Amino acid sequence: MAARIQIPRQAKRGEVIEVRILIQHPMETGYRHDDVGHLIKRNVITVLSCRYNGVEVFRADLSSGISANPYVQFYTVAQASGDLEFTWIDDEGERGSERQSIVVKG
Amino acid sequence: MKRRDFLAGLAGSFALPRAALAQVDPLDPIVRAVTGGAPVRKGKVTLVLPQLADNGNSVPIRITVDSPMTEADHVRSIHLYSERNPVPNMANFYLGPRAGKAEINSRVRLAGSQRVTAVAKLSDGSFWYDAAPIVVTLSACLDES
Amino acid sequence: MRRARARLALAAAALAAGVVLAQERAIPPGELKSGSVFLGSDLRALQNDDFANPGMLWVERGERLWSELAGKKTLACASCHKDTSMRGVAASYPKIDKASGKLVNLEDRINLCRTGRMDAEPLRYESEELLALTAYVARQSLGLPIATRIDGAARAHFEAGRAAYHLRRGQMNLSCAHCHDAQWGKRLLSETISQGHPNAYPAYRMEWQTIGSLQRRIRACLSGIRAEMLPYGSPEYLDLELYLAWRAQGLPIETPGVRR
Ligand code: HEC
Ligand code: HEC
Repeated sequence: MAARIQIPRQAKRGEVIEVRILIQHPMETGYRHDDVGHLIKRNVITVLSCRYNGVEVFRADLSSGISANPYVQFYTVAQASGDLEFTWIDDEGERGSERQSIVVKG
Repeated sequence: MKRRDFLAGLAGSFALPRAALAQVDPLDPIVRAVTGGAPVRKGKVTLVLPQLADNGNSVPIRITVDSPMTEADHVRSIHLYSERNPVPNMANFYLGPRAGKAEINSRVRLAGSQRVTAVAKLSDGSFWYDAAPIVVTLSACLDES
Repeated sequence: MRRARARLALAAAALAAGVVLAQERAIPPGELKSGSVFLGSDLRALQNDDFANPGMLWVERGERLWSELAGKKTLACASCHKDTSMRGVAASYPKIDKASGKLVNLEDRINLCRTGRMDAEPLRYESEELLALTAYVARQSLGLPIATRIDGAARAHFEAGRAAYHLRRGQMNLSCAHCHDAQWGKRLLSETISQGHPNAYPAYRMEWQTIGSLQRRIRACLSGIRAEMLPYGSPEYLDLELYLAWRAQGLPIETPGVRR
């Protein structure tokens, strides 16, 4: 499961930064049929979490009400240089993760 | 953290019968499940949706809460509800003082025209909401390819 | 779904009333408008957002595939092509493949390299891999004007494509021109009919909830007017693609477009 993360490469300590993530995932609702008429099993990302240098700063419970290839944008305070690491898990138990580093000055 | 109790309370909302949601003010039963009866006031929360969406598969949504986001006074969580989707509780977002700014943007699926509701829980235990109507012109089903 | 199609049938039949005869250029170059012009402001903004445009997930996947080894010769695209060498390429397709003399689109061209130069299996039409590679190659022509050639061996395909474009088909007896030359800018149910240009493909469609090729889009139109759908890669689709590219001559490439 591929994903894209966007955060500023550099920030000042204490600055509020914008965090964006886009994950490739069908977010199957469980109501769609395939080409031969079979119901496609529900498979959505249920939990998405973001840790900043190991500390959880954001978490979301998602459902079939979130669009395919989910997009989430939120904010966090730049505290120290390091990594933002996203992890997520879907109904089939498949996990994904992606990280992006940031340099914090001042 | 009180998160666990909170989640346990929230889980009740998943079990809500659909008919109940469609007939009564959608806020009422849902909010009770989230809050355990605490009052929910209109205000502080701003929910932004387009008035009209051409395709319900992907509708942009923005939720902001008027909060200083300090250790003493911040948003703990934001809960998003649909009146007509098969799963009424579309998403829950958990934040805290480290967010610095209480704003979430995402894209949602909407099964038709309806009212969407966002409920925020603040660090003092109070609940606030905003709701917005949206018209969804379902796509023409031009393709089965 | 069926009821929606029946309504579409009625709406489209109403359109057939106002037909214009096929001329050399039904839409003069000065009036060319990309499909994105007919979108709501949200989808237009999403297409232009390099990060949030969901089609970019496939472009990135294509970028990774570009340097992945494949086939019996264990070569990657990057083994032979420089990263920057694909700029402008997509704008010139469909094009005659010199070796075989056949008209090929970008998807076919990529598969020709896989089979002919890498000794690898061709990628299936609409497979994630082929969509990703096609989107990645096309993205490198972002903003460049479509500039296909219709001379030489391409001429016969162009004529066939023009005929296919103007052929009345399906239960509603409509040609592509009925909608995309004569009725663009008008509402058809919840859609606004565009001029039917190929410059955004592969494009991410909300209806599909994924990215799809130009041929998938053409098939969606055929299905909408209840006409026969040919298999992916059929010569008639290729001819149509060439005619569409000629009609859109000068329009900048937008891949990956975002559409309803
Ligand atoms: C009944 C009217 C109708 C007919 C006939 C029709 N289309 Fe379409 N077409 C549409 C609609 C509606 C759309 C989606 C909105 C738009 O125009 O972008 C569309 C979209 C397209 C697009 C995508 C444009 C973009 O920017 O994404 C292409 C290309 C296209 N059609 C080609 C064709 C071809 C080729 C034919 C003939 C085989 C055809 N259409 C026949 C109604 C029609
Ligand atoms: C062994 C070398 C080799 C490899 C590997 C290779 N190609 Fe090519 N490719 C060529 C050559 C040589 C041409 C020139 C046209 C020809 O084949 O006649 C070409 C042409 C092309 C063109 C058309 C360029 C134009 O100007 O029209 C595209 C697009 C392309 N390749 C894409 C790819 C992709 C995508 C891959 C990986 C899946 C790939 N190629 C792998 C050698 C290679």
